[in-house]
Amino acid sequence: MQKISSSRIVVTVVGKDKVGIIAEVANVLAQNNANILDISQTILQEFFTMIMIVDISQCVVDFNTLKEKLEQTGEKIGVKIMAQHEDVFQFMHRI
Amino acid sequence: MPISLASEEILETIRMVQMENLDIRTITMGISLRDCACSDIEKTCQKIYDKITKYAENLVAVGNEIEKEYGIPIINKRISVTPIGIVAESCKCNDYVQIARVLDKAAREVGVNFLGGFSSLVHKGMTEGDRKLITSIPQSLAETERVCASVNVGTTKAGINMDAVKIMGNVIKETAELTKEQDGLGCAKLVVFCNVPEDNPFMAGAFHGVGEPEAVINVGVSGPGVVLNAIKKNPKVDFGQLATIIKKMAFKITRMGELVGREAANRLGIPFGIVDLSLAPTPAIGDSVADILEAMGLERCGTHGTTAALALLNDAVKKGGAMASSYVGGLSGAFIPVSEDAGMIRAVEAGALDINKLEAMTCVCSVGLDMIAVPGDTSAATISAIIADEAAIGMINKKTTAVRIIPVPGKTVGEMVHFGGLLGKAPIMPVNRYSSQKFIERGGRIPAPIQALTN
Repeated sequence: MQKISSSRIVVTVVGKDKVGIIAEVANVLAQNNANILDISQTILQEFFTMIMIVDISQCVVDFNTLKEKLEQTGEKIGVKIMAQHEDVFQFMHRI
Repeated sequence: MPISLASEEILETIRMVQMENLDIRTITMGISLRDCACSDIEKTCQKIYDKITKYAENLVAVGNEIEKEYGIPIINKRISVTPIGIVAESCKCNDYVQIARVLDKAAREVGVNFLGGFSSLVHKGMTEGDRKLITSIPQSLAETERVCASVNVGTTKAGINMDAVKIMGNVIKETAELTKEQDGLGCAKLVVFCNVPEDNPFMAGAFHGVGEPEAVINVGVSGPGVVLNAIKKNPKVDFGQLATIIKKMAFKITRMGELVGREAANRLGIPFGIVDLSLAPTPAIGDSVADILEAMGLERCGTHGTTAALALLNDAVKKGGAMASSYVGGLSGAFIPVSEDAGMIRAVEAGALDINKLEAMTCVCSVGLDMIAVPGDTSAATISAIIADEAAIGMINKKTTAVRIIPVPGKTVGEMVHFGGLLGKAPIMPVNRYSSQKFIERGGRIPAPIQALTN
């Protein structure tokens, strides 16, 4: 499988705010050696919304596995976690 | 490298995909079958099967891979091939049903839901191969599940081949009859074109044109829901601002298509062709072109003002999309398939939208009278005349027009026909009750219009 040009992914978490969301997500990323570059969070229409920019160039598992792990974590703590390659956002909004 | 993404931009993309049904409608691989021609039909079939299954072996897997990595749904992976009327011409046989079967088998093998190209271009006249292909269409569509057929009967440069138009009326009737158990479903896989594009990724009219390379990846985007929500958020802006809002959305949607197309082409080792900028609706609520027109201020799609609203929408989509992609092609415009658009169905049921208004709308958008169900007792001549009207609009306005019409056997006005899936459901619409028989029987070719003399 060919690599995508960028090794950065965007992790988005949307759901009801509660204790420990960031900790859980950060934990999954740390366990797999994915480096968090930036975090921002807001409360959007009562929903907790967190966006992380993550570098996966040193990640010990491939993207799909990491994505699945994040999604499972999301299910466990009752929030929706999405992981997408950064290219999508760059391409869509920037010329 | 600085982190340059604003969180609003990220959330906008997430919202478009999660809540507004933004998706890549189709990645379509065009495959040339010109080198499969052979006098022995068995050999031709084998070559066709081998070539398609070799080239498209990884198409579905790569599509799924990209979908996961980018988090953008890619709804369909499809294949278009060289018009079979050309490929099969040298075969010594009486019909091409066997080839349709092998196309169906190859499509199933690689896991694509539709394969287009059981087609002929007969705008100026028919060869023996074209004739055999066209007469094979009803049986082929009845026997196969995934094969799509199309016939081009006119161009601005050549005029309209009225002999072919006449034949197609009969072919459509026969196809409906042979698939009457499924309410004439075969006709949903058959398009009659004027000025057909050779790189259209959308079914049922896709085929791989003769000017195309060995293989190519074309992409069709979607996104009526995204445009709809953007318009709804700005209920009172004037038309200039409205056009700007649509352009911005079309730009973003198209960028997504361009990215996915290039990535798919790269991974499959096949050149990237075009992005088709069509707003393709689905039966899903909110994913409707009719809803967009209504959001512009029309009580029901089909009322006075609908054609103007559609003209603005179609033009703004093209302008936004043209800047977003280097290679734009295919049909590129708003689709108005009745059965596939919940808002169109609602408008027909409310009596706001009829076949005449739809015909007017096709003057300003792609593509034509699409997925229209009419009574089963509609005559072949009337269907031919409907095709002729659409072809005339396309010929004079130098644009693509098409007819995909289903005369539903045993059903009449007021009833509903369900095709299921992306094909949706359609209310049976009335046609004009006066005859066009004598007009259609004249035969010959309507000469190319003065617009053809551009040199």
